Amino acid sequence: MNDSSRNAAIATAPTFRGATRLRANAVALATITRREVRRVLRIWTQTLVPPAITMMLYFVIFGKIIGSRVGSMQGFTYMQYIVPGLVMMSIINNCYSNITSSFFGSKFGRYVEELLASPMPSWVVLTGYVAGAVLRGLLVGIIVLGIALFFTSLHVAHPLVAITTVILGATIFALAGFINAMFAKRFDDIAIVPTFVLAPLTYLGGVFYSVNMLGTPWREISLANPILYMVNAFRFGILGVADVSVWVAYVVMLAFVLGLGAFALWLLHKGVGLRS
Amino acid sequence: MSDATPSSALPALEVETLRKTYSNGVQALKGVSLKVAQGDFFALLGPNGAGKSTLIGILSSLVNPTSGDARVFGISVNRDRGGVMRQIGLVPQEINFNQFETPFEICVNVAGFYGIPRELAKPRAEKYLRELRIWDKAHQPTRMMSGGMKRRLMIARAMMNEPRLLILDEPTAGVDIEIRRSMWQFISGINRAGTTVILTTHYLEEAEQLCRNIAIIDHGEIVEDTSMRRLLSKLDVQSFVLDVTGLDGKLPELDGVKLTRIDGQTLEAEMPSTHNLNALFAGLTAQGITVTSMRNKTNRLEELFVRLVDRNDHGAAA
Repeated sequence: MNDSSRNAAIATAPTFRGATRLRANAVALATITRREVRRVLRIWTQTLVPPAITMMLYFVIFGKIIGSRVGSMQGFTYMQYIVPGLVMMSIINNCYSNITSSFFGSKFGRYVEELLASPMPSWVVLTGYVAGAVLRGLLVGIIVLGIALFFTSLHVAHPLVAITTVILGATIFALAGFINAMFAKRFDDIAIVPTFVLAPLTYLGGVFYSVNMLGTPWREISLANPILYMVNAFRFGILGVADVSVWVAYVVMLAFVLGLGAFALWLLHKGVGLRS
Repeated sequence: MSDATPSSALPALEVETLRKTYSNGVQALKGVSLKVAQGDFFALLGPNGAGKSTLIGILSSLVNPTSGDARVFGISVNRDRGGVMRQIGLVPQEINFNQFETPFEICVNVAGFYGIPRELAKPRAEKYLRELRIWDKAHQPTRMMSGGMKRRLMIARAMMNEPRLLILDEPTAGVDIEIRRSMWQFISGINRAGTTVILTTHYLEEAEQLCRNIAIIDHGEIVEDTSMRRLLSKLDVQSFVLDVTGLDGKLPELDGVKLTRIDGQTLEAEMPSTHNLNALFAGLTAQGITVTSMRNKTNRLEELFVRLVDRNDHGAAA
């Protein structure tokens, strides 16, 4: 742009209303999402390979070696029974770790200021990061499911339930990870929740067993675990069996999405952990 | 407002009794008010911790004000943050881009954050990376770049939304003189083309050469807000360092000039700013001393800056 054309551009600075604003937000959202996906693909040895190896070990040890002695579960081989839970577990963990490491990394490296000093509204920032994390979760889920097919055969009973559950579950843990990253001041702070909260909840969320096998009060206590609903809804989507009602699972997941989403937006709007 | 402001009714920046108290109780801004006219090249100077970065942080949405308001081209930071951000390009003091991305990716992504589509952002990124002479590094990770290149990348990045107000927070810190001059040239060109520029710097000769108007902030208050010319005219004493030959015996005495011997070949001359330099040379020549070269002892603005800040320190202490 030469001097006169730049002058003209300055004199007629655009006003952002209606469709223009919507287009600008769509471009910004696509930019954050693309950047997040590129990051996942750039460091694929850290983002895609480890969950594949971990899940392969689960399938070999729990599915083949131990599973062959367990017998059938709700009409399926033990290997078939644990596949949905392991896929969901890998999606949840990868969504969470993706968004915490990416967003906290941007805080630590201060390039989060690129976002804060831009005209993007908070919801665009949040949606972009969540979309990036969900896409990584889906990518990992597809890889893990592909690996599972080397060990067992699966027939997807309710594809729509399976897909919506994966998206809702991934969104919940992306939002939770984002909130964790906003409060985090050190790298230790983003490791505490996965280790002390996420891992126990996942292992006790019915990935390896049916909660109907538990007696009172452990079964009732297990029902307070949100991961149980995600695992069971996804198991219903893949195998057609679940320990809880799918509709109750949807209500629980939607409530978490709305609650965590509203809280994350409020934190972003206030600039908690970002603006002094 | 200062006397050398370009004409326009709506100021590029208007700050009104802006206050900021951090959670640790530090009062960084104590009711700062300031106006910067459209098209101005404005220096915001102050010692470390004076409140410059807090003020810039509020303008660029990185710091929440405690009270008061700032309007950028009439848009309030309190009411329309996004609207203000669309007008501003920020070059922060600290390097703050992703060191794993390339300069080209960084520029195109930042344009995206402003809603600029990639087909527009890509040629624009190339244009500014070329103008700032880092296009040959455009597709290498930024962690491989030198400090000077990183500084220039931050300017290119700030230009991606072609801002009406460019804020530069010590843009040339740690940069060698050659690159610094090329950056001055670029920024001056941007200003001539109509972009209002606010510059903070510790290189006071930079501010003196580039800026038309100046504010000095200290302890969270504006202690001076005027034109550069008017401020410099306040300096009533000037000091020169003279390289001389023939300085063998007693130190010469000249009316109105205080001479100090630095060594056998160097003199320091302090005199009123109205003093005729020809008279100084004539006086020295008459006593067999030849001046082979001379230079300012300190930068004029530096001299004034130190005095103003010292005065404010003493005032605060009292």
